[in-house]
Amino acid sequence: MVAEGAEVARDPCGGGSSSVDCDEAVRQLYSYLDGELTEERRLQISVHLDRCGPCAEATDFEGELRAVIASRCRDHVPEDLLARIAQAIDEEQRRHSGAS
Amino acid sequence: MGRVRGMADQAQFTDLAMEYMPQLYTAALRMTRNAADAEDLVQETYLKAYRAFSSFTEGTNLKAWLYRILTNTYINSYRSAKRRPQVSDVEDVEDLYMYRRLTPDGVDPGRSAEDEVLDSITDEEVKGAIESLPEAFRIAVLLADVEGFSYKEIAEITDVPIGTVMSRIHRGRRALQKALFEFAQGRGLVGSSSGPAE
Repeated sequence: MVAEGAEVARDPCGGGSSSVDCDEAVRQLYSYLDGELTEERRLQISVHLDRCGPCAEATDFEGELRAVIASRCRDHVPEDLLARIAQAIDEEQRRHSGAS
Repeated sequence: MGRVRGMADQAQFTDLAMEYMPQLYTAALRMTRNAADAEDLVQETYLKAYRAFSSFTEGTNLKAWLYRILTNTYINSYRSAKRRPQVSDVEDVEDLYMYRRLTPDGVDPGRSAEDEVLDSITDEEVKGAIESLPEAFRIAVLLADVEGFSYKEIAEITDVPIGTVMSRIHRGRRALQKALFEFAQGRGLVGSSSGPAE
């Protein structure tokens, strides 16, 4: 808190970075993790997360949960599907060259 | 002459497009929730893509183009009218639903407790939780979190404004967390309190 003035003075974005509270950080968390914020906004959230342990922990958890979801949602392609599709494309190709 | 060029493009199709089949099949399974329909949907997607390949602009995003055909084909031909939860059936789940319930008193008991829950989530639970979402949320979450598309790409794939895409992804993720948390509760891994500790 003592360093607040100094932080703001050094802030290249003109002091906006200290304006994000926990509610705001949580609201923006998904967009932050998705890389969908403007650079200015991303920096503001990032500064908040550097200073706020609980929000940083929550962000880590959300990121880990996302990785779990992405990695546990794969299915084995049935052996014959690739062959079936290759054959269907082949037939389509022949129909067209036969018609000419 | 134009036709000759079209054929040349189509000759490249198999080399370029087949590598996306595992991902397209996974998406088709989550959409149709049925293996036979998923196979037919992927096959139809590839045939349509092959026929239209001359209209694909080289150097643009082939994966997104294929997903657009997949999504449109699903919506037009495969969605079933029965047992389909609607967006309005889903309550709006609060932010950090799972995290807040795993960190009682707002104190993080250490990474181990949360890691244990994360590690315990099975493939079947993730797939089941995604499939339990209403279609609009299911497709948005699938494209964002399983396939890694950006909001803008998802807007183009699903033909929905970007603000709507964002809202569907965020609401869908929160509903997904609640479903996953309830699976963990069902296994007795976490307490059964209905709300986060104050």
